[in-house]
Amino acid sequence: MDMSIAKASVVAAETAPAGPVMKVIAEDVDVFYGDKHALKSVSIGVPERSVTAFIGPSGCGKSTFLRCINRMNDTIAGCRVIGSVTIDGQDIYDPSLDVVELRARVGMVFQKPNPFPKTIFENVAYGPRIHGLARSKVELEEIVMTSLGKAGLLEEVKDRLTEPGTGLSGGQQQRLCIARAIAVSPDVILMDEPCSSLDPIATARIEELIDELRANYTIIIVTHSMQQAARVSQTTAFFHLGILVEQGSTSQIFTNPHDRRTQDYITGRFG
Amino acid sequence: MTDRHIVTAFDEELQHVIRAVAECGGLSEELVSKAIIALTRLDIDVAQAVINDDKRVDELQREIEAMAISLIARRQPMAADLREVVAAFRIASDLERVGDLAKNIAKRVIAIQDQFHSQQVVHGVEHIAELALAQLKNVLDAYASRDVRAADEVWSRDEEIDALYTSLFRELLTYMMEDPRNITFCAHLLFCAKNVERIGDHATNIAETVHYLVTGEAMTEERPKQSSVLAFDLPQTDD
Repeated sequence: MDMSIAKASVVAAETAPAGPVMKVIAEDVDVFYGDKHALKSVSIGVPERSVTAFIGPSGCGKSTFLRCINRMNDTIAGCRVIGSVTIDGQDIYDPSLDVVELRARVGMVFQKPNPFPKTIFENVAYGPRIHGLARSKVELEEIVMTSLGKAGLLEEVKDRLTEPGTGLSGGQQQRLCIARAIAVSPDVILMDEPCSSLDPIATARIEELIDELRANYTIIIVTHSMQQAARVSQTTAFFHLGILVEQGSTSQIFTNPHDRRTQDYITGRFG
Repeated sequence: MTDRHIVTAFDEELQHVIRAVAECGGLSEELVSKAIIALTRLDIDVAQAVINDDKRVDELQREIEAMAISLIARRQPMAADLREVVAAFRIASDLERVGDLAKNIAKRVIAIQDQFHSQQVVHGVEHIAELALAQLKNVLDAYASRDVRAADEVWSRDEEIDALYTSLFRELLTYMMEDPRNITFCAHLLFCAKNVERIGDHATNIAETVHYLVTGEAMTEERPKQSSVLAFDLPQTDD
């Protein structure tokens, strides 16, 4: 037996990165709204193909940080972002970067379902069309059907694709928005309280969908429901007063958080 | 944890569970103590009282379980609160077993009352019982004061009880060989000693639970063990 090889493999096993691959890496991110220092030196890695939940009280900066990841903060007047955010090692604040393209790679689902006032089909077809993802009508139809299928909506809407998206129920509308996000083949999907306006059954459907989607996408979800964070995520990050207080595996955060502030928040002791 | 929940009813319910566990602990401790008195004095009345009082421990254990289940269902406790509820479950079930073991000793007292017996042999059992009782008391104090060091100490001291049980086992065997008239009495005493040793094991289980409750970490170390009687004794799978 060649000892040098054996030894080398032992060394490799010891030095190999233990954790998962980080899709999104933020380093020392500060965000200001005018004079207000909304986010203070946030550094975090978001593991790929899994669900990361951002939790924290209102105004803690979790949504602000979420919006840094697809540069939605660019649209807010007086907002400045300092520090580095990379996706797959690429700096997304690089001035030469095409923001429209970035937002296709990083899809977003909002608190209130916001389908376009168009047909169900057009809601999903819109993105691929403007990004030129389909070369033919057949290809576009295929993308729409696949996206609706992945969003778990196809069975319910396949016979009414020409009806307005706004005519669907709240939960269906939210799944339509997810289908719309998926249609442009993003790597990352950001969800800002995607279930807060839904009933428990519709919420469970979305959570089931999130769990299915994590096989192919990196998902970041901001939620006010601790139970939802515990149910859907593998990693949880707790924000408080603009600071990332603690990040860890979801089961560690919810059984044995290391920081007192995290403990107080998730056990409902926050003032 | 001293800080209050925003929902005060949550605090009340959690405190209610903790108090019930403490009460159940106090009762079990008393049962063990009385069972030993019954044994050393061969006092039938005390033995009967132990048998009756064990029902209250069982009842309390069921109450604690029901409260804990309701708390999980209605409040979804997290982190330290979740560990608090899990600890209550586990400790209540250990205490229920302790009560049963004390009751079993009491039943044996009734069984051996007419037997020929020697006070000297009983002393050995009394000694190990006092040790186990001290362990139980200390671990319940550790639970009440959330003292992880005290809990760890109980955990590591179980070895003494195990060692004592081994020597007691040999001693009782010797008496049985010396005079066959001792056999029935000594066999019952041996079971009593075994019960006491098991009470010690439950005390260490509780110590592990307190360790988890306070630190959030499970105790991973292997407990130091003496197992030289296993060649004679039926192996216990759950200690």
